Amino acid sequence: MAIPFDQILIQTVTGLVNGMILALVASGLTLIFGIMDVVNFAHGDLVMLGAFVGATTVAVTGSFWLGLLIAAVTLAVFGAAIQITTLRPLLGRDPLTTILATFGISLVLQKYAIWQWGPSARQIVEPISGQFQLFYLQYPWYRILTALLSASIIGALYLFLKFGKYGIWIRATTQDRVMAAAMGIPVPLVHTTVFAIGAAMAAASGVLFGPLGGVTQNMGFDFTLRAFIVVVVGGMGNLGGSILAAIFISLLEAYASLVVSPAQAVIVSFVALILTLLIRPTGLFVPTPK
Amino acid sequence: MSPPRRDYAYWIGFVVVVALLWAAPLVLPGSWGRFATEILIWGLLAMSSDILIGYTGMVSFGHSVFFGLGMYGAAAALLSVKPPNLWLALAYGLVAAAVVSAFVAYFATRLREIYFSITTLVFSQIFYVIIFTWTEVTGGENGLTFSQPPLSFLGLYSARFTPTTLHWFVLAVVVISFLLLRRITQSPFGKVLQSIRENEPRTRAIGYSVERYKIVAVMLSGLFAGLSGILYALQNKFAAPDFVFFVISGEVVIFNVMGGMGTLVGPVAGAAFFFLLREGLSRYFTEYYLIPVGIIFTAMVIFMPQGILGFLRRRLNA
Amino acid sequence: MLLRLEDVQTYYGKSHILHGVSLEVQPGEVVGLLGRNGVGKSTTLKTIAGIVRPAAGQVTFEGKPVAGLPPYRLAHLGIAWVPEDRRVFRLLTVLENLRTGLERPGVSEAQKSALLDKVYAYFPVLAERRSQAGGTLSGGEQQMLAIARAMMLEPKIILLDEPTEGLMPRMVSLIRDIVQRLRQDGVAILLVEQNVPLTLDATSRCYIMEKGAVQYHAPSAELKNNHAVIRQYLGV
Repeated sequence: MAIPFDQILIQTVTGLVNGMILALVASGLTLIFGIMDVVNFAHGDLVMLGAFVGATTVAVTGSFWLGLLIAAVTLAVFGAAIQITTLRPLLGRDPLTTILATFGISLVLQKYAIWQWGPSARQIVEPISGQFQLFYLQYPWYRILTALLSASIIGALYLFLKFGKYGIWIRATTQDRVMAAAMGIPVPLVHTTVFAIGAAMAAASGVLFGPLGGVTQNMGFDFTLRAFIVVVVGGMGNLGGSILAAIFISLLEAYASLVVSPAQAVIVSFVALILTLLIRPTGLFVPTPK
Repeated sequence: MSPPRRDYAYWIGFVVVVALLWAAPLVLPGSWGRFATEILIWGLLAMSSDILIGYTGMVSFGHSVFFGLGMYGAAAALLSVKPPNLWLALAYGLVAAAVVSAFVAYFATRLREIYFSITTLVFSQIFYVIIFTWTEVTGGENGLTFSQPPLSFLGLYSARFTPTTLHWFVLAVVVISFLLLRRITQSPFGKVLQSIRENEPRTRAIGYSVERYKIVAVMLSGLFAGLSGILYALQNKFAAPDFVFFVISGEVVIFNVMGGMGTLVGPVAGAAFFFLLREGLSRYFTEYYLIPVGIIFTAMVIFMPQGILGFLRRRLNA
Repeated sequence: MLLRLEDVQTYYGKSHILHGVSLEVQPGEVVGLLGRNGVGKSTTLKTIAGIVRPAAGQVTFEGKPVAGLPPYRLAHLGIAWVPEDRRVFRLLTVLENLRTGLERPGVSEAQKSALLDKVYAYFPVLAERRSQAGGTLSGGEQQMLAIARAMMLEPKIILLDEPTEGLMPRMVSLIRDIVQRLRQDGVAILLVEQNVPLTLDATSRCYIMEKGAVQYHAPSAELKNNHAVIRQYLGV
C-alpha cells in the first residue's frame, strides 16, 4: 500500500507544528518538575484555561495578540496563586502527594471552566488566514505561524535561563535548592515564579492551539497526558529532551494517522512511553549518564 | 498484638455496619436502596486500590481498566452464552481482569513511583481507546447492554434478582472480599507489602524479591477491581467505555485519599463520603459539585493525608 | 558579639543530634570547632546557616535572634556557609557559581566587578576556569570555588565545614593562607576541621564537641600543649 508522498509531507509538517505546541506545554511541565519535584497533573487544565481566557479576550477585543498576552499574564498570576496556596505547603513531601494535590486542582479547574464559560466550545479566529503553496499542496499559513511562535517562546525561555541573573537563580535552585538558599537566593519566590512561567507557557499553547483544534472544556486531560508522555520520554527535568521528544512523538502520531484513525493514532505515543520506560527510563533523548 | 478488647470492638462495629447495610434496601426508599448497592460496589473498587496505594505504596491512576475489563468480561459472558449465567459472567470478568492485571503488573512493577502511576494511567487510556474504537466487538461509544442473569445454583435453584436480593448478593460478595483482603493484608505477605511501602530499598536488602511481591499485589488489586466491575455490570445491565476512562480511576484515588489509605475500610468510607457529598452538594451546586469536592480533596491531601479514618482513629486513640 | 548559640537542640527526624550547644564568635575572630566524626559539628553549622531548624535554644546574630529564619535571609544578614561536600553548582560555570552570591539587592555593578577581581586575585585558578562548568573542576578547585562563592556574599562570618577534607597537602596550606587573609579582611570564621594541627594554628580559640554538645573550650595556643585533652576528645 503506497502512501502518496505529498501526504507524508503534509503529515511531517503537521507533526512538526503539533510538536512545537506540545513542546511549549511540555517545557513548562518539565521546568516545574525539575525545580520543585512537582508533577503537575493540572498542567493541561492550565492550557485549557488559557485557551478560554484567550478566546474571551479575542471575542471582546478582536485581537489575537491581545488574547495571547492576556491569557499568558492571567494564567501566570493564577498559577502563582495556586502554587502559593496549595504547593508551597507540600514542599519536601513525596512526589506522589503533589501528584494527588495537583490532581485535585485539575478537577476543580475543569469544572470551574464549565461553570464560568458554559458547556459549549469556543472558537479562536486565526490571526492570519490564507494558505500557501508547499510544493504541490495548499498549507495554511497559521500553522507555520504557531510553530514559529512556539519556537520563539521556547527560545526566549532558553535565553532567559542561560543569561541574566534570574536565569542563574532558576538553574541554581533546580540543581541544588538548599545550596541556592544558602547563597541568598529566595527559593520560595523562585519556585512560584517558575510555576507562573510554566502556567504562562501553557496558556500560550492553549491560545495558539485554539484556531487549530477549538477550545473545549475537556481538552485539558489530553494535553496533560501528552505532556506527561513527552516529559518522561524526553527525560524528566530535561528541557532540550522534552522539545525533541515532543517533536518525535507528534511526528509518530502524524504518520500513524495515515494508516489508522486519529483517535487510534494516539496509541503510538502511549507505546513510545512504555518502550522508553522499559528500555531507557531516564529518557530517550538524555545523553547516557556518565 | 492488639489487645483483645480492641479486636472485640472492631468486630462488633463490623457486624453492626453489615447489619445496617443488609437492612438498607428494606428501609430506604427506592433509589436510595440502589444507591447503597452502588456504594458497596465502588467501595470494593476502592478497597482493591487500597492494596496498592495504602499497603504497597504504589499509586495507580489506571484502576478503571481493571474495573472496565471486569465489566466487559461479564458482558461478553452474558451476551454470548444463552441462557445468561451468573457464575460464567463472574468467571469471564475475573479472567479478563486477571489478564489485564498480569499485563500491567509485568510492565509497570519495575518502575518507581511516579513512573508507575503514569504508566497505569497510560495503560488504562490504551484500553479505553481500543474499546472506544473497536466498535464491532465492544459496541464502541455506545457500549453493550444485556440482561441480568438469575441467581442460580447448579441448575437446582434459579430466581431472578430483585433490587433487594441483588443488593444482598453484592453485600455478600463485598463482605467476603473484605474479609479475604483483610486476611491477606494481615498475613506475612501483607506485612512485606507494607514494608515495601515504608522502605523499599531496605526490604530488598533484607532479601525479599520486591518485584514478585509487587506483581502479586497488582494482580490481587486488579482481580478485586475486576470483581467490582462485574458487580456493576450485573446491577446496571450495561457496559460502556466511560467506565474505562480516567475519571473512574481518579474517583477511586479520591475515595482512597479521603477515606484513609491502608485501612481497607477507609476507602469504603471514602466512597460513601464522596457520594454523600455529591448528593448533598448537588442540591446547591448542581453539576458543579465537583468544585467544592475537589477543593475538599486537595485540602485533605495537604492537611489530612491520613484521611477521615486516620483522622478519627487518631482522635479516638488520643 | 557577632554570633552566639545558647543551648541549641537540633533533631534530624527523630535523631537528637545537638544536645544543647553553646558557643560564641566575636567579629573578625577565627574560632575552631573540633570533635570526632558524628558529634554534631556539621549540624551545628547547618543550624546556624538555617539549613536545619533548631528544636530549642537561641541563635543570635549581631544581637538579633535568627533561629528558624530561612537560609536566604541569613545569607543576606551576613552568614555564609561552605558545606562539607562543597556543593558547587555542577552545571553552572565558575562565573555563574560566583554570581549566585554576587547578584544581591543593593550591590552596584562596580562593586560586583570589584568583588570578582578580589576573588580572582585570591584564587587565580578560578579566573582561568571562569567559563568552565563547576562539575569539571578538581576537588581542590571546587573547594576554592566554594569559598570564593561564599566571599561573594561579603559575609560577616563564614561557616567553613572541613575545607581540607580530601585535599592534597599543598592545598591544605593554601586553605590556611586563605583563612589568614580572610581574617585580615575582618571576616569571622567558624572552622570545623578534622585536621587538628591546622585548626590550632589558624584559630585563636577552639571549642571541642562530644555527644552533641560543647565539652571543652580553650585558646588554641593553650590547647596545642594540652595533649591530654586532645587525646581524650579527638582520639589522637
